[in-house]
Amino acid sequence: MSQALAEQDQYLSDFERFEERGAAPAWVQSIRREAISRFAALGFPSTKDEEWKYTNVAPILRIPFKPAAAESNGLTTVEALERTISISLPPERLVFIDGRYSKELSSRRRLPERVRVSSLAAALANDLEALQPHLARYADFKTHAFVALNTAFLEDGAFVYIPRGAIIEEPIFMLFISLGGGKAEVSYPRNLIVADRDSQVTLVEAYVGLENGVYFTNGVTEIVAGENAFVDHYKLVREGEAGFHVATQQAHLERNSNFRSHLITLGGSLVRNDVNAVLAGEGVECTLNGLFLAAAQQHVDSHTRIDHVKPHGMSRELYKGILDGKARGVFSGKIYVHKSAPKTDAKQTNKNLLLSKDASIDTKPQLEIYNNDVKCTHGSTIGQLSQDALFYLRARGIGLEEARGLLTYAFASEIIRGIKVASIREQLDQLVITRLGDKFRGKERLL
Amino acid sequence: MLEIRNLHTSVSGREILRGIDLNVRAGEIHAIMGPNGSGKSTLAHVLSGRESYEVTAGEVIYEGKNLLQMTPEERARDGIFLAFQYPVEIPGLSTTYFLKAALNAIRKHRGLEELDAMDFLVLVKEKMKVVEMEQELLNRSINEGFSGGEKKRNEIFQMAVLDPKLAILDETDSGLDIDALRIVANGVNTLQSAARAMIVITHYQRLLNYIVPDHVHVLYEGRIVKSGAKELAEELEAKGYDWIKEEVEAARGAGA
Ligand SMILES: Nc1ncnc2c1ncn2[C@@H]1O[C@H](COP(=O)(O)OP(=O)(O)O)[C@@H](O)[C@H]1O
Ligand SMILES: [Mg+2]
Repeated sequence: MSQALAEQDQYLSDFERFEERGAAPAWVQSIRREAISRFAALGFPSTKDEEWKYTNVAPILRIPFKPAAAESNGLTTVEALERTISISLPPERLVFIDGRYSKELSSRRRLPERVRVSSLAAALANDLEALQPHLARYADFKTHAFVALNTAFLEDGAFVYIPRGAIIEEPIFMLFISLGGGKAEVSYPRNLIVADRDSQVTLVEAYVGLENGVYFTNGVTEIVAGENAFVDHYKLVREGEAGFHVATQQAHLERNSNFRSHLITLGGSLVRNDVNAVLAGEGVECTLNGLFLAAAQQHVDSHTRIDHVKPHGMSRELYKGILDGKARGVFSGKIYVHKSAPKTDAKQTNKNLLLSKDASIDTKPQLEIYNNDVKCTHGSTIGQLSQDALFYLRARGIGLEEARGLLTYAFASEIIRGIKVASIREQLDQLVITRLGDKFRGKERLL
Repeated sequence: MLEIRNLHTSVSGREILRGIDLNVRAGEIHAIMGPNGSGKSTLAHVLSGRESYEVTAGEVIYEGKNLLQMTPEERARDGIFLAFQYPVEIPGLSTTYFLKAALNAIRKHRGLEELDAMDFLVLVKEKMKVVEMEQELLNRSINEGFSGGEKKRNEIFQMAVLDPKLAILDETDSGLDIDALRIVANGVNTLQSAARAMIVITHYQRLLNYIVPDHVHVLYEGRIVKSGAKELAEELEAKGYDWIKEEVEAARGAGA
């Protein structure tokens, strides 16, 4: 029996134990069962699979991850948590430890009536009516093995429901902490965000590893933007040094909705993000921006797909990668314009900066267009720091290392400046600066 | 202050400077003129430490130190400033941020306290007047989308903030209309002092109507072929560079 199959078996037997334990509405149980059988049929992907050509998941399969056990931890106060992760937490937040909701660390504000912000576990226990029409309806567990695995084990995560016309000004923060204490556990955060028609909401999903032990986060986030809804979504991945992160974000965008997505990847040993958006109604505006920084032996794969299904859709995509050390980056971006989507206006750009000769990037922009009446462009670049710019800075007295840092930051800042919410922009800016090196620590923002 | 002796440099194996000798004392303004391609910018870049130019012979002594062994940032911190002929555009980095980092690196080197954001702003406001610089340009990415004139003004503005001992201005007048030229030249004159030396590289004489040099040198094919007082510039303007070329050819013929 091959290693991959043995590893798959282990997840299958984990599922049996999970099923015995977990009570859930019958319709949820049947989704889980369907998902596990899809997973059994699919198996883990290999690099022979076109969608996994540049990302070998063997390092994940080599470790016999066990489902994360609920346990207490040293993080008793929010202040301690904030200090540990250098992220300040807003009052409206859901905090999860190793995939499980933490009531103590979470906090809620008085939100307008009928707005729901809770753990998915609580929503499932009450079988809330907004769940069934949406849960597991968008993220494709039929062909994507990791989505199937997450769906089979779906139990906890964030559930956000914004009713028709509700405008939520303050960002809703979802923090997923992995303790990384070295017990080799897997967690399956599962998030569902539904913004009903005419509503508006800003969301931040952050995945943060605390220690350097090995663990695996296998996440799925489904986002629904109803007609004319405005959804601004941020995802930060800062897993620990030995943390694996494989996640899919699936957005379903209805008529005239506006969806903005920012994916900032700063840490993790192997990170694969699938960011998919389906422009399912006319006149949708969709922005997918991303920034990934990787150094040492890190592997970061940003995999995006935009489906233009209806006319007059607009999509703008900008992903930037910065790779140092022996890091490997992957950008794969597919724009799929269906026959039913005339007057589509799509633009995709991927720019990469290689800071060392051992770092590498595979970039694969793809347009598939089945309608002639569209405006689509794409392009990708791979470059080094400009010698002219470096000399310009040094000729003004700035040292070589600082000059390199400033130019690297300048490259990244295009994404940061695109963040509209000031509090989020400033915080992510600081995290990027910190990640770019100790030289900037303690100094003010560069912008 | 600066002593260049028999300086030879090559780029990609091709010799560009073929024996430059030049002495610059504090308070002096030296104009270096010459046709396109004669090696003016090469000289400016070599003095600033651009590594892609290989020095094959000669030496440069700056304030008693061997300049050629210093990195570009060490030279800048010791007071050398190059106003680039083609200032670089750097998207994503604002002039103010960049200039504050530069000034503080220089101040630190000189044993001065680093300026905080407030003090820096005060200094910037004062120096902006030198070249009628607008605040809005300073908050933008360095030189991105600037007109030619704005770029050149930005160079002189940076010079005003960094307060160098030796300023090398590489064709700061090229591509400027007469108003911009006047602003830039005025700025340069404001910055002139007994402690500061300037090397003003120009292709045209018109800048020297505003900035009066103590010495004028003609650079041709990598050598200084003629030096004189400011009248030499006027002579060049009247006669053009062909006259110099003919003289050089004649001298070469006589020598053969
Ligand atoms: N980086 C370089 N690579 C190759 N050739 C160069 C480079 N820089 C300058 N040169 C050559 O050196 C000569 C002198 O150039 P330059 O110093 O720019 O002249 P000037 O500033 O007087 O117009 C020119 O022939 C130019 O083509
Ligand atoms: Mg030149």
